[in-house]
Parts: sequence; structure tokens; C-alpha cells
Amino acid sequence: MPGLGGRMSTVIKAKISRMLDRTEDPGETLDYGYQKQLEMLQNVKKGIADVVTAKKRLQMQSGKLEQQVVKLDTQARQALAQGNDPLARTALERKTLAQTELQTLDVQVKELEGQQEQLTANEQKLRQKIEQFRTKKEVIKAQYSAAEAQVRIGEAASGVGEEMADLGLAMQRAEDKTEQMRARAGAVEELEAAGTFDDITQLGGGEDDIDRQLKELTSGAQVDDELAKMKAELGQGGGDSPALEQGKENA
Amino acid sequence: MIVRVSGEGQFRLPDEDAGRLNELDNRAVGAVEQGDEIGFRELWSQMLELVASDGNALDDDELVESDVILPPRDVTFQEAKGEFTGDGLIPD
Repeated sequence: MPGLGGRMSTVIKAKISRMLDRTEDPGETLDYGYQKQLEMLQNVKKGIADVVTAKKRLQMQSGKLEQQVVKLDTQARQALAQGNDPLARTALERKTLAQTELQTLDVQVKELEGQQEQLTANEQKLRQKIEQFRTKKEVIKAQYSAAEAQVRIGEAASGVGEEMADLGLAMQRAEDKTEQMRARAGAVEELEAAGTFDDITQLGGGEDDIDRQLKELTSGAQVDDELAKMKAELGQGGGDSPALEQGKENA
Repeated sequence: MIVRVSGEGQFRLPDEDAGRLNELDNRAVGAVEQGDEIGFRELWSQMLELVASDGNALDDDELVESDVILPPRDVTFQEAKGEFTGDGLIPD
């Protein structure tokens, strides 16, 4: 069939025939093919481990951001209680940004989990196919003449080869995705390094560059709403106003 | 006819489906060439539906080659541009 199937299977077939052309003796070809399959299985395992590592890193970052959200919320309340509206607003703007990043991270962690499950299931399937190939390999070696064996090797190896190529594609896609997430995680880390989510009590009096950027990034309306809500809560809460925890860092 | 949906395994379909699948594929290639993502999505889901309705999953111990290999279910339009115009999803 021309078109889609033709395009892809031609590439896969070319790869398999290169693999099978390595040796003249069918028995050797079979053993070589089996070795290649086992190597591929090892690569799959490494690939899955990479996905798990990327997921853990994102989860750690997510945990850190959660702490920042709680901290910035507390500081906004403290600033308000002291009647320092601008400082409260800054804290809420930073909190909004941290929350947005947190939501994105959570979606990414879920996506990686899905990919991890699919890769694991496919690895099981490939393992079974390779086991089948091993069985067939021994039968072919024992029972068939060289010419006949060549034909049967081709059939069996193509089946496994296609499965391998397919899993290779899935791995490649998972790696690309992980790479994109790594880039995004790196960007969040840069924000952190620049002090975007830092303790607002560390800030000087004037508006700094980060604040100007934050104003552009965060929705003013959302911050306004939250500020008003917090004021209402504090208004009902009575007059006790805890002091700002000057310079306290809990990294 | 054996059809593989990338990432999901192989399915046995009646040979009569080859014409229908090929027709959908040709139209999908056309949609991709015209940059028509909505049209492509529609045709792509029809192709997957055909495999789901007419196909039977192959047992894991069957070591056979597919006649047709379809891209992953969640293929992006960007990937489809490579896949449905000749380069193939698997680079050589």
C-alpha cells in the first residue's frame, strides 16, 4: 500500500535488513538479532528511568512552590495587618505567579505519569516478543536448511524489529517531552534565582525590576480581589497584628 | 491486513478495509498539505475509528510485520506534517 504505511515501514525494513545483512550464517544472524533486541530492551529501561527522574524533579519543584505560596500568603496578611498595602500587593502578585507555575507543573507531572505507564506496558510487550523470538530462533536453527532459515528469520525478525522501532519512537517522543519540561523547569528555577518568589521582607523600599515584570505578568484584577478579600477577613479578625518576620528565610 | 497503531500494538483488519483506509490517508495528506488542522483531525479520528471497529488485536506471540503503520493516537499537527508528507516519524 502506498502512502502512510509504505513510508514508515520502508524505513523500518531498511533498518532490519541492514541488521540481518551483518552475517552470512543464519544461526549467527539469529544470535546477533537476539543480542540487538536485548540491548534495545536495556535502552528502554534507561529511557523509562529518565522519565521517572524528570518526574521526580518536577515534583520537588512543585513542593517548593507550594511552600512559597503559603509563605507569600502569610506575609500578605501580615503586611495588611500592619497597614502596608503596597507590600501586601507585591506578596499577592508573587503568590499569583507561583500558583500559575504550580498548576502548569502539576499538569506536566500528570503527563509524564501517563507516558511512564505507556512505556512500561510497551516494554512488557516487547519483552514477550523477544522471548518468542528466542524460542523461534532455536527452532529455526535446529530444523531448517540455511535457505529456508533465512526466510523465516526475516519474518520473525521483522515482527520484533517493528515492535522495537515502535517503542523507539515512543521513547523518542517521551524524551522530547521531557526535554521541553526540563527547559520550562529551568526557566522557573531562573525566576527563583532572580528572587521572584523570595521573602518579600527582603525587599527594599522602591519598586525593583522584578516587581515591574510581575505587574505585567499577573492579573491585576485577581490580585485586587484577593487583597479586598483578605482585608475583609482581617477586619473581622480583630486588632491583633503579628509583626513581619524580618529576614527569616526557610529555603 | 495487519495495521499497527503506533504505541498501541497491531490489529488484524479485513483486506476490504485497505481501500477505505488508503482513501482516508490520501485525504489526510491533502489536509496536511493545505495546513487544514481541523480537517486533518477529523480524518485522523475516522482512521482510528475504522481500526477500532473492524480490527482485532493480535496476540503478543505473533511475530509478524504490519502492512500499515499509523502514527501515535496523539500525533500533533506538527508531527503529522512530517509523517503525512513523506519524511516519516522515524528518522533514518
